[in-house]
Amino acid sequence: MEDQKYSSGQLYALVALRLLVGWHFLYEGIVKLYNPTWTAKGYLLSASILKPIFGWLASGSMSSVVDVLNIGVLVVVGVSLLLGFKTKWASVIGMGLLALYYLAHPAFPGLPQGPSEGSYWIVNKNLIEIAALWVIMVFPTAWAFGLENLLSKKTEVSN
Amino acid sequence: MTNDNDNFMKWSRRDMLRGLAGIPILGSVWFAGARVTGNAKRERQLLLETLNIKASPPPPTGPMSGDPVRIGIVGFGIRGEQLCRALGYATTDWLKDMKESSEKNPNDSRLRDFLAQENLNIKINAVCDIFDYRAQRVVDSFTSDDNKVQRFLTYKELIHSKRVDAIVIATPDHWHAPIALEAIAAGVHVYIEKPMTHNVTETYTLREALQANPKVVFQLGHQHRQTQSFLTAQDIIAKKVLGHVSLITTNTNRNDDNGAWQYDIHPDASPKTIDWNQFIGNAPMEEFNLEHFFRWRKWWAYGSGLSGDLLSHDYDRLNCVLKMGIPDSVMTSGGIYTHRDGRNVPDVLQVNMEYQDFSTGTSQPEGKEKGMTFVYSATLGNQFDRPTYLMGHDGTMELGNAVTVYADARSSKYADLIKEKRIDPSEPIYVYDPSVNQTDAVTSATAKYFANKGLLYTYRDGKRVDPTFLHMREWLSCIRNGGTPSCGIKEGFEEAISSHMAGLSYKRGRRIQWDREAGKIIALPGEDLDAILTDTKPKV
Repeated sequence: MEDQKYSSGQLYALVALRLLVGWHFLYEGIVKLYNPTWTAKGYLLSASILKPIFGWLASGSMSSVVDVLNIGVLVVVGVSLLLGFKTKWASVIGMGLLALYYLAHPAFPGLPQGPSEGSYWIVNKNLIEIAALWVIMVFPTAWAFGLENLLSKKTEVSN
Repeated sequence: MTNDNDNFMKWSRRDMLRGLAGIPILGSVWFAGARVTGNAKRERQLLLETLNIKASPPPPTGPMSGDPVRIGIVGFGIRGEQLCRALGYATTDWLKDMKESSEKNPNDSRLRDFLAQENLNIKINAVCDIFDYRAQRVVDSFTSDDNKVQRFLTYKELIHSKRVDAIVIATPDHWHAPIALEAIAAGVHVYIEKPMTHNVTETYTLREALQANPKVVFQLGHQHRQTQSFLTAQDIIAKKVLGHVSLITTNTNRNDDNGAWQYDIHPDASPKTIDWNQFIGNAPMEEFNLEHFFRWRKWWAYGSGLSGDLLSHDYDRLNCVLKMGIPDSVMTSGGIYTHRDGRNVPDVLQVNMEYQDFSTGTSQPEGKEKGMTFVYSATLGNQFDRPTYLMGHDGTMELGNAVTVYADARSSKYADLIKEKRIDPSEPIYVYDPSVNQTDAVTSATAKYFANKGLLYTYRDGKRVDPTFLHMREWLSCIRNGGTPSCGIKEGFEEAISSHMAGLSYKRGRRIQWDREAGKIIALPGEDLDAILTDTKPKV
């Protein structure tokens, strides 16, 4: 059993957060996976800052690698958070991917808002999801709800 | 010691629930995503199959092997310099400026793109420019150990020097035809800037000269014919996706000095450094003045205003897609409303070209639809972007670097699909985006956003390419390997006559008609069309 002791209300809230974020990642990944014409090229080419880096990622040879990695990370993070397995690692990787999304089109005053609904000043939904993953990382719940729950049982017994 | 089976037995039902409850969620999300995308894909596929539009690039033009083609440049102003770069020759000062610019801004890819351009195996070894400074720039920049550039004081000397196989003409409009005619008679290949001619008679003379010298390869500088999206647009028309197109609207919107031909005057320019008599040529003699020399596009005596300068581009863009040819009649109006600086060409112009019998096909009963109006609307006092639209009974095409097609809500062809809600008239049914090498039947707001950002250019094999380079390459390939350039004399004749009809209508304030059988613009008794067209007096 992990060290964390949450009240049941806290545990339910944290598990719900983990499942919702996992759901969102997985669905985004699957939709892209099953759509062969999808590419991140346009999003990267229209980056409002760090254009050389994003431009390089969108360049001919890199573009397809970036697309595969993008889909891979979305699916892996989604699966991990939903199943409750290695969620700490998944959170870190997910935060990294979202940080790239954010940096390509940051909601900084003076920059074009880019393709998004709603109105944002510095904080946008990518940034909020990064924070959500941060919470998921530092308040693990897979020991209580997820594959790690079974595995920890197995370890206890084996020992 | 316990084995795995024992471990399994230790898990309670509650443990199993807590451990594995994520799996059904995972399965549901995966299934939902795959199903939604699969359905959308199937719908898209069905639509694309129905539309059957091919966006494949044209076969590449032939090899550039063999001896280098020797080229002379006549006129090394703004456009002449650009054309030389498309041929692989940049001036020393341009290279220096671009190097500095790309060091300051790594996104500036102009130098990179230029250096990556294919070597066309040519030599620019002769120049004729009547302004000493410009001619000297060519000599200084393009001369190398194996290429000595010679300056000629007249175009005739250059053409007859035996140093050139081909020439590029980038002079003021009133010099286009005389120089081209001299070259054609001498068997020298010609790449000529638009508009092809400055008056009506020259247009016929040039056509006759090329008919008499069929070995001369002639290309008119409408480089957009190489743009991938226009080739796709041709296929959209051929597949009758739009139904009967009754109206085309195309526009020019510019709002800056450069766009209004108010070019810089070079400090070295003087009667000593410019051959003024040669500049005047067949235009009425004027006192030496720098305004006319550098800003010649503002006067009918040397240029052709919006109708020759910019309508010609838009006309040819559409003529390349529709092959509609010369209109039955043209009505033009306009005036000088935002640049009252002494110019006599209009800066606001509206041209309506009528095509009584033209049709792009119909989905309605035979005989119901026929005829089309081509509207060109231009201002040099506003730069709001107005796209080009081809408006048909079944659909609308927005034509630019990207091609977007919408079904019309009252279309006959798509009526069933619209009723079944498989087509939404407010969403594109087809988008061609040349930068990502993909076709997509249903686009998103995001894709629209990228298209509007102008990120979409002409690409070949995923590489960004300058259409002018492709256009000149095609010309050189025809010189080397045979073939017909995409903008030859037939296309040039149609471009020039249509532009001149627009100019004449503006000048006369009446409808100008084309006699299709006689192949002539109809003149009223006593009218000298050439004199009217190049008349330098302000419009009455």
